[in-house]
Amino acid sequence: MSAAILDLILCTMLIGTAWLAVTGRALFAAIAFFVTYGVLVAIAWVRLGAVDVALAEIAIGTGLTGVLLIGAWSALRRRGAIDTAPATRRLPRLAAAGTASALTVLLGAAAWSLDGEERAGLGDAVEQAGAEAGTSQPVTAVLLNLRAYDTLMESAVLLLALIAVWVLVPRAAWGDVPGLRQHARSDGVMATLGRLLPPVGLVVAIYTVWVGSYRPGGAFQGGTILAAVGLLVVLAGLRQAPRTTARGTRVALVAGPGIFLAVGALGMATTGHLMGLPSASASMLIVAIEFALALSIAVALGLLVAGNPRGQGGS
Amino acid sequence: MQGSMVFALCGAVLVGIGAYGFVTRLRPLHRIVAFNVVGGGLFLYFGALTRTSAGVDPVAQALVITGIVVALSLTALAVALVLRLADEGEEDKSGAERPGTGTGGGRDGLDDDDGRDGGTDACAADGTRRR
Repeated sequence: MSAAILDLILCTMLIGTAWLAVTGRALFAAIAFFVTYGVLVAIAWVRLGAVDVALAEIAIGTGLTGVLLIGAWSALRRRGAIDTAPATRRLPRLAAAGTASALTVLLGAAAWSLDGEERAGLGDAVEQAGAEAGTSQPVTAVLLNLRAYDTLMESAVLLLALIAVWVLVPRAAWGDVPGLRQHARSDGVMATLGRLLPPVGLVVAIYTVWVGSYRPGGAFQGGTILAAVGLLVVLAGLRQAPRTTARGTRVALVAGPGIFLAVGALGMATTGHLMGLPSASASMLIVAIEFALALSIAVALGLLVAGNPRGQGGS
Repeated sequence: MQGSMVFALCGAVLVGIGAYGFVTRLRPLHRIVAFNVVGGGLFLYFGALTRTSAGVDPVAQALVITGIVVALSLTALAVALVLRLADEGEEDKSGAERPGTGTGGGRDGLDDDDGRDGGTDACAADGTRRR
């Protein structure tokens, strides 16, 4: 009973923060409420028992997205491009409210019609395949073996997004350091955290990738923590982000998808189909792929969030 | 009612709120926030619906994790576009509107001193491009 009340309170807070994030007049407050909303979404995932998703939501969907949005806000403000919110006219606003409500009712009715129905789901199938898949953690088994195609494409999407973002770099700034030059007081909080946290963050990141083979965790969550460590060092002004033209950066970006694809191609010889893992060595291969992917994901996410080089005129 | 149903219904409401914001908010960055509100709600809806007594379906969990990463990729691209639009506006603030490029409207929208209609047009163009 108390659990049901907790869930209801959580849902009320979710709806409240989502509303404030969407309707807030001040853009910065809207972003702040969005970050709060993301944390609550992650808690909802924990309540549903999906810790893997909760980790991804809080690290990627909330943490990195929050940094990205706040960075964009401050970059726009520096340009004087944060204008006061222009008001929408009443009629379009009413029409939008009507359509959005209809969407909610439709989705709600669809969910309601499934209530009480006994659904088999794919959990049993994944569990049965688990022994062959080389990991006892069902989500990792799905991500890296049973539906490896999806994950390969996902890492490709990340790479493509970074390329698309790089296309927007002005010619004069290409090859410069990504993002703005950060200046932090050398005895300030940021610089202290920048020295104190990275060793801890590194250990946590590697552990999170490693533990993904038998408990919640994995390449995406661990890679995000690694990216956060890198961003922290850059924000503290201790080191500059790697240049977009640096060879090492590019090798790190391609390593994960490349190794994943190579192992998948080898699977063609041993198991007869692309992206198949031979069950004898599957667990070892999964760990190898996870670490390579985590590195590439970390670099790609870090560069996406750090932003494009802005040249000298940016500050 | 199953315990996870409340999260499914909550997700449906969140999708509605986000969709409303995506249409009615005129600043591009605010639309990106609204887009992410939709994402969070939709993932929650999907996850809650696939929950059985054994927990959330692992295939659904994997799909949602993929979705979260793709949403971030899209957000980063959208943010880069918004910043580039603002840059263009800065460069030729005094210059004439360049014909034949989509940036003309966006420039007006991001400038403080321009009219309300310019902003509406810019955001409409921005929204269409992102979809």
